[in-house]
Amino acid sequence: ACFTLGGLDCSISFVSHVLGKVCVQGRQKEMLGVLVPRLTELTRSDCIWQRMCWRLLECVPERWMEAVLLGFLQTAPGADVLSRLLGNLAVKNKKAQFVLTQKVLLLQYSHKTAVLQNLLGYLSLDPLRRPLLVKVLQELLETWGSSSAVRHSPPEQQLYISKAILICLSHVKESEIESCRQELLTSMMEGVKCHLDSNLPRIRRLGMIVAESVSSKINTDGPVLKFQYEEDDEARELKSLLVQTSPCCAVPSLPDEEENEKAAVLPSASGSGKESQTVAPVVPAEESDTELDSDDDLIPYDMSEDKELRTKAPLYLRDCIEVLTGCEDVDKWEATVKALESLIRKNPAAAREVSVELAKLLLHLEEKTCIEGFVELRQRAQVAVLTTDPIPVAQYLTSQFYSLNYSLRQRVDILDVLVLAAQELSCPKSQGKTKHSVAPKPGIQLLPGSDSSKDWRRIVDERIKSKTRRIATGQAQVELPSGPNEFNSVAGHFFFPLIQHFDRPLTTFDLLGEDHFVLGRLVHTLAVLMYLAVNTVAVTAMGKALLEFVWTLRFHTDCYVRQGLLSCVSSMLLSVPAERLLEDMTDELLETQCWLGDVVEKDPDGDCRRLALQNLLLMENLKKKLQIVPS
Amino acid sequence: MALPPPDPQFVLRGTSAAVHTLHFSCGGQEPDVPILFSGSENGLIHVWNLKTRRVDTALDGHGRNSVYCVETMGSKDRLLSQGRDQRICLWDLAEGRMSVTDSVFTENVGFCRCSLLKVAQRRWLMAMASKALEEVQILELPSKTSVCTLKPEVGAKLGMPMCLKLWQLSCGSQPLLLAGYEDGSVVLWNLSMGKAMSRLVCHQEPVMSLDFDLEKTKGISGSSEKVLSIWSLNEQQNLQAYKTHGLVNAGISDITIRPDKKILATAGWDHRIRIFGWKKMKPLAVLDYHTATVHCVSFSDHNQPSERLLAAGSKDHRISIWSIYTQA
Repeated sequence: ACFTLGGLDCSISFVSHVLGKVCVQGRQKEMLGVLVPRLTELTRSDCIWQRMCWRLLECVPERWMEAVLLGFLQTAPGADVLSRLLGNLAVKNKKAQFVLTQKVLLLQYSHKTAVLQNLLGYLSLDPLRRPLLVKVLQELLETWGSSSAVRHSPPEQQLYISKAILICLSHVKESEIESCRQELLTSMMEGVKCHLDSNLPRIRRLGMIVAESVSSKINTDGPVLKFQYEEDDEARELKSLLVQTSPCCAVPSLPDEEENEKAAVLPSASGSGKESQTVAPVVPAEESDTELDSDDDLIPYDMSEDKELRTKAPLYLRDCIEVLTGCEDVDKWEATVKALESLIRKNPAAAREVSVELAKLLLHLEEKTCIEGFVELRQRAQVAVLTTDPIPVAQYLTSQFYSLNYSLRQRVDILDVLVLAAQELSCPKSQGKTKHSVAPKPGIQLLPGSDSSKDWRRIVDERIKSKTRRIATGQAQVELPSGPNEFNSVAGHFFFPLIQHFDRPLTTFDLLGEDHFVLGRLVHTLAVLMYLAVNTVAVTAMGKALLEFVWTLRFHTDCYVRQGLLSCVSSMLLSVPAERLLEDMTDELLETQCWLGDVVEKDPDGDCRRLALQNLLLMENLKKKLQIVPS
Repeated sequence: MALPPPDPQFVLRGTSAAVHTLHFSCGGQEPDVPILFSGSENGLIHVWNLKTRRVDTALDGHGRNSVYCVETMGSKDRLLSQGRDQRICLWDLAEGRMSVTDSVFTENVGFCRCSLLKVAQRRWLMAMASKALEEVQILELPSKTSVCTLKPEVGAKLGMPMCLKLWQLSCGSQPLLLAGYEDGSVVLWNLSMGKAMSRLVCHQEPVMSLDFDLEKTKGISGSSEKVLSIWSLNEQQNLQAYKTHGLVNAGISDITIRPDKKILATAGWDHRIRIFGWKKMKPLAVLDYHTATVHCVSFSDHNQPSERLLAAGSKDHRISIWSIYTQA
């Protein structure tokens, strides 16, 4: 479009109308793709064009303002261009202000980071607009900090708001936030609490990053918050938002500092290591001996390998127990912890005699010295004890799960150990007994110490995949060697005690209240135990109990718990034989189907919806399978 | 650049039990074969032919009780063995015989190895721990008559004798005994007077083994600690501490000085054999072959220096034979 260079009073409102109508019809890209570059060029140095552009936008009717502004936000190449094009629209026009400071930031979250950069950069580039920036920061932090938002809004929205906050922080000057420092601090503290309370590690990390950034900006002269978290692409991207091309922003280059520190430590460590390795048989200083030294004929050999013999671990389990309960010698303690698992496995009879004692000891074992992989060593020893003597140890562990005065870590430990032991018991022991070389098991092995719920989701997905009918035929799977399923006789002992007392609160442990993290883990554990109980005798009883359990908790507010409940349903549908399901549990299944339908439509969490959908598909498959196979 | 330590020249297997004691008999002329005697925990004494490196005979004289000392008396046909059955046996091995000609009932249930000294042609003195706790008895062999009994004075609290060494400065001079005790002290006894001449506390722990160099009147002892103690005898026959040498790992079972007094070997609880220069205690080598405690070390009595060997017996049932520092 080319305008005639008329006087300043030429009416552009017609053009505005056209622009607005086109944008609201969804043709922003085509229109603005041409318009914006043109305008960018024209407004670069010509004030008249700038004023014309502003006028153009001011005249856009209110009902189309949002579409137009969004279009500009998306197509403008940078905040400075946007500033030239929009001028002080945000200040002069009420609707524009609402769209820019409220709607785009708080009510929508599908826009790219570039849009946020444009918007907030735009607000920061003019002194008239900067108060808006501060106001935006305050409101964003308030929203970020509200506990209901953290719990109910999707993670994508939380990410969006966090990004906006970080970009704001990169633009504001200290002087501007002087006045509202206290409110910002309050919002941040509340927000940190809610975020750290969440069960999803992603949310926790978002909370940590934002809190660190806010704290470093506000408390420039005092100690700042510093968290430890896993650095991945998302974290790095977020942190990079704090750096702006404008030089006035403080850059907390934490990753770089850490790397430099590590690099500095490494050379010194290797240096000192080398020193200790030097061959030491230097001839001792000569005493005042004037004798002829015929020893000099004898040339020493290399003795650098001659080092101190490390303490041996005890060879008997009872000795191990003694060392771990009372010994002051840390070397012996360390050697015992490392040797414990193999001792238990090599001496099953002896282990059975002291199994409960060992289990108790291991549950309470604290790290005495800094051994590498202590947590894993302890867990492996616990699993070894549990698989060697399943019933008494399972009884002990499940009873302790619901007892007073255990820490969250210990309760979660119990759950992890039960799962790992169950997996070990239910898998055929193929090591060393296969005569023919078999391809490694196609299933995914659960490594001790890993984040169980994610891996189990994958395993369940694999199972579901294997059960859904595919049109193309895949490769036939190699037959694996089979052995007795040792989980059969003990599945009930693992499962039922865990489900029994979940609704009885104790003074220090309330599954249905504060300790929803443990509840989430418990639910996931039950799903895994159910999955592993396929083909066992108790599976139908377990399925029924599990379904009832799921039913009572189905409206739980925590999405991690809900995901677990849906996994439980999946496991149950996969493990309980179809005939039993349809004969004994028809009513419950129908109710569950209704609930699943609801979840698919209304649950805010994407994962929950997906799991519910999978469950519905499984149920469909079940019905079809039974209809196809006669009798 | 120091060479890596040598490997054993060969290893003798076949005892099927922990080896507690070793004794070479290689001084004979052709056609005599060099022999190594070994005593094991299962009560057998194996006679190893060092040419074929195989067992020639296995002697069973202690009824399956551990043999912890073997010595030859003059030649390889006269053997003395001491076992945990409280007996010291004298063997006649000439012409293929395997008979116990005599035995001494010591009534001692300890582990103290006896010590032999030839005082005249076919006359031997033997020191052994006797029935009473702290006593050492000296017997004359082969008559088995008691020469004297060495009793520490009341209140000395030496404990059991742990290791013994009978010696005399030259043929005909009075025999003396060096005894290491449970309390860590080494005592020099005068046999003719039956009295202790000097006592030196060398260790905090029991003395496990000792050896003595007649020419330099210097001795060395090892215990269960991390220290070797070197002491000497002055003109007044008093024991004096000379120096100590620290070890990497605690525990010494046996020490022996090579007959040419150039080097000495220690058998360690840490499975290693250590070689030191005797003159200045200069560490020379650490031989790391065995996989369990080394119980005993012994140097051979070959006439040719180049053929000299070192043997070590260990709890891992192996006897390792080494050829080390054999240049004259």
